[in-house]
Amino acid sequence: MATNQEHTEYVLRIGDNALILGQRLSEWCGHAPVLEEDMALANMALDLIGQARMLLTRAGALEGEGRDEDRLAFLRTEGHYRNLTLCELPNHDFARTKVRNYLFSTFQVLLLSRLVGSTDAELAAIAGKSLKEARYHQQHSGDWVIRLGDGTEESHRRTQEALDYLWPYTAEFFAPAPGEDAIAAAGIGPAWHELEQSWEAQVHPLMVEATLTVPPRTPFKSYGKFGRHSEHMGHLLATMQYMQRTYPDTQW
Amino acid sequence: MLTVAQAWKTLEDVPDPEIPVISVTELGIVREIEVTENGLKVVVTPTYSGCPATEVIAQSIREALLEAGAAQVNVETRLSPAWTTDWIVPAAREKLRAYGIVPPGERAANAPQPLRFHRPRLRCPRCGSDDTERLSEFGSTACKATYRCKTCLEPFEYFKPI
Repeated sequence: MATNQEHTEYVLRIGDNALILGQRLSEWCGHAPVLEEDMALANMALDLIGQARMLLTRAGALEGEGRDEDRLAFLRTEGHYRNLTLCELPNHDFARTKVRNYLFSTFQVLLLSRLVGSTDAELAAIAGKSLKEARYHQQHSGDWVIRLGDGTEESHRRTQEALDYLWPYTAEFFAPAPGEDAIAAAGIGPAWHELEQSWEAQVHPLMVEATLTVPPRTPFKSYGKFGRHSEHMGHLLATMQYMQRTYPDTQW
Repeated sequence: MLTVAQAWKTLEDVPDPEIPVISVTELGIVREIEVTENGLKVVVTPTYSGCPATEVIAQSIREALLEAGAAQVNVETRLSPAWTTDWIVPAAREKLRAYGIVPPGERAANAPQPLRFHRPRLRCPRCGSDDTERLSEFGSTACKATYRCKTCLEPFEYFKPI
């Protein structure tokens, strides 16, 4: 049996991914290269933040210490966030933003497809809702990766650089986390390594189509999902938490 | 005291805040109305997780029912089964088209969706031309995609099937 703490952590990992990537994508609002993309990125940020609200509410209920979505989103310290490092990395340029969205949303579609059958009925309902959105994110970002990779010399160069930079962080998607075997045994959700093969099988052909070269795996490891974040996380949180820290319990 | 039937009738006049030509009932997001000890219970399902209209909708539903004579109204959110564009009623589809939004294509429940390079051929809601192109998978709201008609050169939106 999975303990309550393992269950909470598992949901928190999924919720924090959505929260932190949603925050990153929202930075594009008003800055994207064309109006259509500005709207698309803002829409995807909204989807992710909406998903994060539901997931953090669920995590708070499981934890049973009275923390709601806002307390979890805005009043934890850096070491208590469980998101993948990939989600917190700066947007850098449009190519890196799109490649990250593709790598992440492909993972997300696979994960959510499994979670719709979760024994945690609430998690299954959230996954059913989110999966419909994640499919559009994957489709949209996949189209862009091909368009940019197989585009001009400059767009190809930048997209390849983005893939080279981001690729090492994707190993963390599938790294084992404490309690995942119990989670899988209880039918709450998959152990992380279970998604690796399907993810690789989808990502590689798309990169070929985009004329991009997938770099070899290296021993590099990132540990965001264990709460050990990159130097970028603190900056992101300083912006994201500003209102709640300055005006505690403020309401819209 | 408002009956369940009267409550449904009342909600037919509550517009979606972002697409005001159709009502919340036509959109298919009102799932259930029930009379309970604590007043009317209205179950609503969100269209998209992050849809900013969700809270405005709950507020307008509450206000409309209180105005129609309900003593107390509780709006609850239910996620499962997840909302699908299949729940938009047929009459609303034509209203959408007249408003300049191509209604969502019908799809069988749980049919696998083509993932990429899925370019449904759409007819321009203004001039009827088939010569249209997609500009973006996302539009002014999460639920719509942006298209352009190459004949009349006007932009239009497509309500994405989910």
